[in-house]
Amino acid sequence: MITVSPIMLSIAGSVAALFVVFGLGVMVSRQMLASLRFFMGQSIALTLSALVLADALHTVNLLWVALITFVTKVIAVPLVLRWAAGEEVYGRREVDQALGIPASVLVAAVFALVGWFAVAPVLPTLHGVPFAVINLPTGLIMVLWGAFTVALRRESVAQMMGLLIMENGAFFGSIAIVHNLTVIAEIAAAVDVPIVALVIGLLIRSIRRVTGSTRVGTLDKLHEH
Amino acid sequence: MSTLWTHLVLNLCQVGFILLFAPLVEGVLHRLEEIIQGKSGVSVWQTYRDIWKLFAKDEVISEQSTWVFRFAPIVAFVMPLFVVLLIPALTAYPLFFAFMGDMVAVGFLMAISGFFVALGGMDTGNLYAAVGASRTHMVGFLAEPVFIMVFFSVSYVANSTIPYFVTATWGASWASMLQPAHFMVILAFFLLILADEGRIPVDSPAGKVEIAMIGHSKGLEYSGTSAALMKWGGANKLMVLALVFVNVLVTPWGLAQSTQWTAVLAAVGLVLLKLLAFVIILALVETTLAKLRLFRISEFLAVAFIICLFAVSIRLTGIA
Repeated sequence: MITVSPIMLSIAGSVAALFVVFGLGVMVSRQMLASLRFFMGQSIALTLSALVLADALHTVNLLWVALITFVTKVIAVPLVLRWAAGEEVYGRREVDQALGIPASVLVAAVFALVGWFAVAPVLPTLHGVPFAVINLPTGLIMVLWGAFTVALRRESVAQMMGLLIMENGAFFGSIAIVHNLTVIAEIAAAVDVPIVALVIGLLIRSIRRVTGSTRVGTLDKLHEH
Repeated sequence: MSTLWTHLVLNLCQVGFILLFAPLVEGVLHRLEEIIQGKSGVSVWQTYRDIWKLFAKDEVISEQSTWVFRFAPIVAFVMPLFVVLLIPALTAYPLFFAFMGDMVAVGFLMAISGFFVALGGMDTGNLYAAVGASRTHMVGFLAEPVFIMVFFSVSYVANSTIPYFVTATWGASWASMLQPAHFMVILAFFLLILADEGRIPVDSPAGKVEIAMIGHSKGLEYSGTSAALMKWGGANKLMVLALVFVNVLVTPWGLAQSTQWTAVLAAVGLVLLKLLAFVIILALVETTLAKLRLFRISEFLAVAFIICLFAVSIRLTGIA
């Protein structure tokens, strides 16, 4: 069993807190650009978490995860989105959503509790896996929040942000449990993200061309020239 | 001199420290913001000059106003000075008045000041002041749950609400400094300072349009000595909140460990450096964010509330 110093646990916990705060930012920000920046911040937190875990567990693979995460999520995704759906991300002001921000924040708090209690029965089986107690619930909370964001937002770019933070959450949880995966698998998992951004970005662009808007509720009306 | 007397003198020195440096902190904040915005701006000593000038001016008081109008600036000026008696401004050890009140008392004293300033604003019948007072209270009652949650999470972690003990608990080791709950409380309290002090994105302190003002329209009717007290009191309040933030929450180091004058003087320098760092961050936040619309402020404070809720839940569930 690997023993980890309390300071490393505290640092990992603080990085997890940062991860959650950025996730909350993605969920509550009304402007697309702010939402994208929060996502980038969250990806930096994910990179930091991988670095902390790599140092504490002496795992080289996690250094690769950190590098790949940084390159794909902090650098590639914003570039891809600028190219594929630049006007939607960088030009739009406020984004519509189905529920007000205070109400959705409260629902998010409930989801966070659900996340914690859902993970609680699993944790004893992971006895001896350090950081699982921090990363696993945090990751699950982010997956739930991502799903909630997809349901909550009425516009496709904002919904994509939900998908991206879901993916971040899955990564955040998994790096604590499986840190000896081969690098090729890590690369395969991480490269998915810019591809998702590209595909959805192109889709958004074509939807916008046809309907003149990216509001999911108004896709039945065609764009009038 | 016995320890008791030394502690009393040091406690009064903390009040002197606030009175002397609060206008400087505000002046540096304004200067930094002007530098970031590319303005030539005024000197860092301008707040001192303004206060000096206002003290020398005549005062005009409406015949319609009552004692509340004259009393409010005194309360606004004095309350931050009471607060500084309770918090670790310069020393790490508790001083004479340290056990007279805890962090809840700090919030209570600040609330009294806010209450009287709001009443004083409405007293003359000035329309804008009444609008400002009601808006301030809207922000205030939204900020209240966050205040309570901050106190609750701090006391839960430190097992005490006395600011000196909280400082000692956070500063005990790196492991306690780097706790996730601590990080979240810091963030929530910073958002709270922005809301309570009427800074951007909640309110624009530099705004000159009365209809868009939240907190600053309450002081429109004051002139002469009362205006000087209001201005000085505002600077005191900002500095006291900043001191709670830097000395109790963020960096519980650099305070005097002994009663020697050299240690206390060194603490003055270090605390001013910490305040400079705080003011730089505040200036960056204020110049990079846009002011929120009035009805978006509830969202801002809802986020602060949830962050606090997380801080408590993390401790309750024993995750970290």
